[in-house]
Order: sequence, then structure tokens, then C-alpha cells
Amino acid sequence: MGSSEVAVELYVLLSAVLFIMGAMGVLLRRNAILVFMSVELMLNAANLALVAFARQWASGAGHLMVFFVMTVAAAEVAVGLALIVAIFRTKKSIDIDNLHMFKG
Amino acid sequence: MDNFFDLVPLVVLIPLAGLLINLFAGRQLGERGVSIVAVGASGMAFVIAVLLWIAQVNTGYKAAVIDMPILADWIVIPSANVTIPWAFRVDSLSVTMMLAVTGVGTLIHLYAVGYMHGDERFPRFFVYMNLFLVFMLILVTGNNFLMMFVGWEGVGLCSYLLIGFWFDKPGGVGWRNSDAARKALIVNRVGDFGLVLGVLITFWTFGTLDYYREGEAPIVPHAAAEEGAPLFAPALPAEEEAHAISGPLGVFNQAELWLEKGGHNVDFGMVSLSFETTLTLITLLFLLGATGKSAQIPLFVWLPDAMAGPTPVSALIHAATMVTAGVYMMVRANVFYHAAEFSSFVVAAIGATTALIAGFIALGQWDIKRVLAYSTISQLGFMVAAVGVGAYAAAIFHLVTHACFKALLFLGSGSVIHGMEHGHHHATHGHAGHADDEFDPQDLRFMGGLKERMPVTYWTYLFGTLAIAGIIPFAGFWSKDEILLDSLKAGVDKGLLSGYVGFVLLLTAAAFTAFYMWRQVSLIFLGKPRHAAAAHAEESSRVMTVPLIILAALSLLIGFINVPSGFPILGWLLGEHQFTSFLEHSVPYAHAGTFSFLLATFAVLLALGAIYLARSVYNDRALAVLREDPLALNTRTQRAFTLANAKLYWDEFYFTYVVYPYRNAAYWLAEQVDWRFLHDYVHERLLRDPFNAATRALTWRVDKQIIDRSFDGLGHAARRAASRLRRIQTGYVHIYAMSVLFGALLVMALILLPLIRDWLGL
Repeated sequence: MGSSEVAVELYVLLSAVLFIMGAMGVLLRRNAILVFMSVELMLNAANLALVAFARQWASGAGHLMVFFVMTVAAAEVAVGLALIVAIFRTKKSIDIDNLHMFKG
Repeated sequence: MDNFFDLVPLVVLIPLAGLLINLFAGRQLGERGVSIVAVGASGMAFVIAVLLWIAQVNTGYKAAVIDMPILADWIVIPSANVTIPWAFRVDSLSVTMMLAVTGVGTLIHLYAVGYMHGDERFPRFFVYMNLFLVFMLILVTGNNFLMMFVGWEGVGLCSYLLIGFWFDKPGGVGWRNSDAARKALIVNRVGDFGLVLGVLITFWTFGTLDYYREGEAPIVPHAAAEEGAPLFAPALPAEEEAHAISGPLGVFNQAELWLEKGGHNVDFGMVSLSFETTLTLITLLFLLGATGKSAQIPLFVWLPDAMAGPTPVSALIHAATMVTAGVYMMVRANVFYHAAEFSSFVVAAIGATTALIAGFIALGQWDIKRVLAYSTISQLGFMVAAVGVGAYAAAIFHLVTHACFKALLFLGSGSVIHGMEHGHHHATHGHAGHADDEFDPQDLRFMGGLKERMPVTYWTYLFGTLAIAGIIPFAGFWSKDEILLDSLKAGVDKGLLSGYVGFVLLLTAAAFTAFYMWRQVSLIFLGKPRHAAAAHAEESSRVMTVPLIILAALSLLIGFINVPSGFPILGWLLGEHQFTSFLEHSVPYAHAGTFSFLLATFAVLLALGAIYLARSVYNDRALAVLREDPLALNTRTQRAFTLANAKLYWDEFYFTYVVYPYRNAAYWLAEQVDWRFLHDYVHERLLRDPFNAATRALTWRVDKQIIDRSFDGLGHAARRAASRLRRIQTGYVHIYAMSVLFGALLVMALILLPLIRDWLGL
């Protein structure tokens, strides 16, 4: 491949596709685990865009941001999965349509 | 010897110190300590007065004006050019008054030690007595009318405090006592109103209130001419010396200068009065003050009631000193009175009428002290009449002699009351339950035959009686005779109506005096005891009888200080009119009395005749079975006695025509003006109702309908908005996520839209 570098537009496009897939997943899926995974997908889509632009502009700031996002995502997974386990134990279901106790 | 004058503040400060000691340490000192302090203070003041007299004699009767330390700039208002210093004046008149006040005062203090023995408020009594001395001495020593006024009000206060001293006696007596005290104070307000107005007009007229400035001697421009030949060397007739004083003159010399020049007018803003008219006004107002303080018609009614106080108070304040303040004041203002002929006429008329009427009322009284009270009013009438006919020296002379013999009579009556109470206690002791409620130790009807039981009191009382009756050679003879002769001379020589009228009235009053005094002596001392109390009465203790003896000696001897010119033997022996000569140095219009053998004989015979008449009316047979006064039993004198006994219905007259109308007017004003008009109309109709209407309007229209509704509306709106907005909170996570997404998209669109527009070139 060498000289023929992949254009940054493609990375961004892929990132956008992944993001939209994640967003659709969040909006449309009923299973909490899957919603959760979709959120992860959106985060990583953003990560991809950040890395792509970082490379485009030869700046370390994007890489740095990505590490932060990955750290936060890991923490989120830990907290989120724990919540889901707790919810499952009480409601015997992780269908988020059953979870509307906060209805105003 | 000059610097004896500087001692004059002490004459006030020593009694002040005495009263302060007794005020703060009286309880600790005990009766003995209190007596020593109070009598000592009074005695030391007397010693100072004697030293001042010596200083007077040694300096040729020079008047001195001594500033009070600390208080020298008493009232200073620079912007209005007002300076009223607290300055004492030592001249022959003030020294005479000081000697009389402190001399008689000391004897009465001493007597009171015995009289008040065992009283629960013993220290307080002597605090008041010393306070009285302080104010009385301020009154007579002040060098301006304002100081005199301070003393004048102060002695009035002491009079009030001491009349009501036994305000808590049981059985309603305490009420009567405090009523008497209030009556004295209120009646004196009327007189003081006149005095203060007179002082204010004096100030307006002269711009100062000083009698004379320091170093200023009285000018006597007319005196020599009026008297014919000058009988005495006038007191430093230093007209040029007076003119040499820088700054304004004292009121009296200024008055002389204006009178001499004539045509001076006094501007009162709206009206302008001639100086002579102003003087008449001032002197009439002063006279009103004197009728209050010196118990003359029409304001004398308080003095008989003032006898509710302890007897030493009656002697000191209501006989010897305070009540003579009015006479002192008018003699002090002799320059004014000499110039104001109409006022002098009024003064003479009031004095002589008072002397006669009070003497008449005294004939029909049963209370031993009331007789003496009316007698005091009568004698004060003599003094006032003397002022009215221009016999200023005679007025002060009678003041001095009267202070001695009337103090003696009062103290004697106190001794009798004491003896009667003692006898009553003794008589009812043993027969328990036999307490006759009708017994009154002051009622003459219960006495009789005390001559044997109380010999010292009897003999001293007899001296006082002979003195007041005017029997030669007792003191009253000299002073009363001088007043009678001066009054007659004012009629004959100067053609004054007041002189003739005054002479007749005073002569009649003198006959009454002798009659009622002998009636009293008969009822108290002669005959047989008419009550067990009188039979068991005992002579008073030494501390009470010694002052009686001293005063009796004074009543006999003090008249010799002013033997009239032309009196055989004595005039040559003792010097003629010594006292008048002394007084003339400060009272420019004092003139010496001459002697008329005819008049003196006639007056003495009249007095002796009255005594003989009294003796034959109140003979032993009448005294033995005294139920009613012999005068009341005789059909010819019955009406007169009833009138005298009822005090001529004078109090009733005041109640009917002054007190009740005044009270009814007050009730009417309270009902109509205060309640109906002010309360019902102004307060309720004009203020309360509109206020209520306004607040009601504000409450409903503004508070409830505007403010409350606007805030309630806000609350309702918030709640309605909230109830709508809550519907969008569904609880479904994906709906929230969707709104987040659309929000993000919206933000993106807002950011990108300008870029797209630019890119498209729109």
C-alpha cells in the first residue's frame, strides 16, 4: 500500500456509518445489553473520527482525547453492566420498555 | 470686718448641709443626732446673720452684693443680653429678715425637738424644716426678683410638704391634712401667677431684675421734700455715685430716674404704656402674689386649713416667717409702691379689710390653732395696710415683733395640745374601752383651768397675748401703734382716703384682737377643767418651755428697738426709732413714726376695754358650764357669733361661686369638648372612620384584588405550565435518547447552516 494512503474522508465516512448504526441501535433496540453495546459503538465511532482527524492534522490532541474516551467507556461499562445486573435481579427482565418508573 | 459680708452664702449653705446630712444619714443618726444637726444648722445660720448685722453696723450700713460661688453666672443668655446672677444682697432689710428667720427659726427648731419626739418620721421633719430655712433665706437674701421667686416657690413647697406631714393619720384625718396641703398649694398658685407676671413685666421694663447693682446706693430724690425736714442723714444719698455705675442700673434706681425725668414709655409690642401705668400694673400683680403668700383677702382661705400641719410648722412657716414673705416683697419694692398711688390704695384697703374680717372670724372659732391662724391673717393685714399707707418701716417692725409673739403663741398652743393629749392619755388609761370619740385636744371647749397644770405655758402665753393685744410695754404696742398712727397721718397729712379708712378698720381690728385673745386665754387657762384630759394635763418638757420663755422675753423687749420719737423717758433712754434708722439704709421710703400720746392712750385703753369685756363675757360662771359660747346664747350677739363661727361663709362662697362652677365647667368641657367633640367627632368621625374606610379600600381593592390576585395568578400559571410539561417526561429511555439526538442534530444544523449558505453562495 505504501504511498497510496487511505483518504481521511473514508475514515470519517466509516465513523459516521458506525455512529449512525450505534444511534439506531440505541433508539430502536429494546434489550438493555444491546443498547449498551450500541452506545459503545457510538463512542468508538467518535474515537475513530478523532484519530483520523488527528492524523490529518498531525496533532497529538486527538490521540489524547481517545485515551480519555476509552477510559471513560471502560468505567461506563463497569457501572452500566452492574446496573443492568441489578435491574435484572429486581425486574427479571432487561427490556427497557418495562422501565418507565420515572414517568412524570 | 468687711469680709464678714463674704459669709453670706453660708447662711444658705449651712442649713443646706444640715438637711443633706439628715436626708442621707437621718436614720443612722437617731433622734438625738438629727436634732443636733438640724438645730445646729439653724443656730449657725443665726450666728452668721448676727455677724452680718455686726458687719452692717461696722461699715456704716453699707449694702453689699456677694456672688454665690459656682452659681455666679446663674442665667446668662448672651444673645438676648440677659444676665441674672445668683447674688446675695446684704443690707439692713435682708439682715433684719435673716435675723428674724434664723432667730425665731432656731427657737422653733429647738421646740420641735420636744414636740416631734417619737414621731416615726422625725428625720424627715427636720429635713423639711431645714429646707424651709434654705428657701426662706434665699428669698430674703437674693439681690434680684428671680432669686426671690425661687425662694418664694421653695417655701411654698416646704409649706405643702409640712402641712401634709401627717398625711397618713388614721380615721380620715390624714385625708383632711393632705387636702389642706393641696389647698394651700393651689390657692398659692393664683398668687404666684400674679407674682411671676409682675416679675416678667419688671424684666421687660427694666431689662434686669437686680434690686441694685453692686456699689449702687438707693437714690431718694423726693423723700426729703416730702418729709419736710430730713430727719435722718439719708443712706449715702449718692445720686452721682449711682450715675457713676457703668452699665444699666438696678430696677429701683432706674425707676427713680425715669420717674424724675417723666414721660418714659414702656413698649409692650401691641400697646405702649406710660412708665407710671406700668408700675401700677407691676405693683398690683405683686400684690396678688402677696395676697396668696401672706394670706390676704381674697386668697387667705388656705391659712386656717394649713393648721393641719404640726404646730412648730404653724409657728415657723404659717405665722412667723413664710407668710410675711409678701410683706417683705412689697417693702423691698417700696420704690414701686411709693410711686404707684392707686396700688398703694388697693394694698391699704385689702390689708385693713383683711385685718378686720380675720379678726372678726377669730372671735367665733373653737379650734385653738384656728383662732391663732385668723389672728395671723389679721396681723398680716396690719402689715399690708402699713405698706399701703407708706409706713414701710412700721410694716417690717410689726413683722419682726409679730414673728416673736405669734411664734410664742403658736408654740404655747402646741404645748397646750401636747399637755391635753398627755392628759387624755392619762385619763383614759385604766378605763379600757372608755375612749370618747368626741375628744379633740385642740378644741377650746375641752380645756379650762390649765393655769395650774401648765404654769410656764400659761405665763408665756399671757405675755404673747398682751403683746398681740398691744398693751404697753409689750412689743405689739410699739409696732401696732406705729401702724395706726402712720395710717392716721397718711389720712390727715396727705389727705389719703386709705389712711382714714385704714385707721378705722385697723383700730376696730385691734379691739377684736384683744377680745379674741382674752377669750382664748380664758377658755384655755382660766376657770375649772371641763374635761378629764384638761384635769390631767401636764407641763411640757424643758426643751419646749425654754424656747417659750426666750420668746416671751423677746415679746416683752423687742419693741424697744423702735421707740418712736417724742416718747417720754424711753426715747431718751434707748434712742429714738433705732430700727427705722437702721432700715432706712435699704428702704429709701421708710420713715420714722412719731408718737401721739392721745392715740397711744386711746389704743391701749381700747385694748384693755376689750380685754375687760372678754373677761366679763367669759367669766368664771360661764366657763364652768361651757356648752355654747356665751355670745351664741345672747340674742343680740347670736347672729354675729354664728357668722364668725361659720367663717363668714367665705369657703362656702368660694365653693359656690368658684370651685363648683369651675368643676362644672371642667365637667362640661370634659363631656362636650373632650368626649363629644374631640373624641366622638374629631377622633372617631374625622379620623377613625376615614382611616377605616381607607384601609378597607386598600385591603379589598389593592391588597386582595390586585396584589393577591397577581401573585396567585403567577402560582396558577406555574402549576398549569408544569402539569403540561410533565407529559413529555414519559420514562421511556429511547424517547429521551431520541430527543438528545434531535437536539444534537439541531445544534449541528445551526452551526452548519451558515457554512452551507456561504458554500452555496446565498
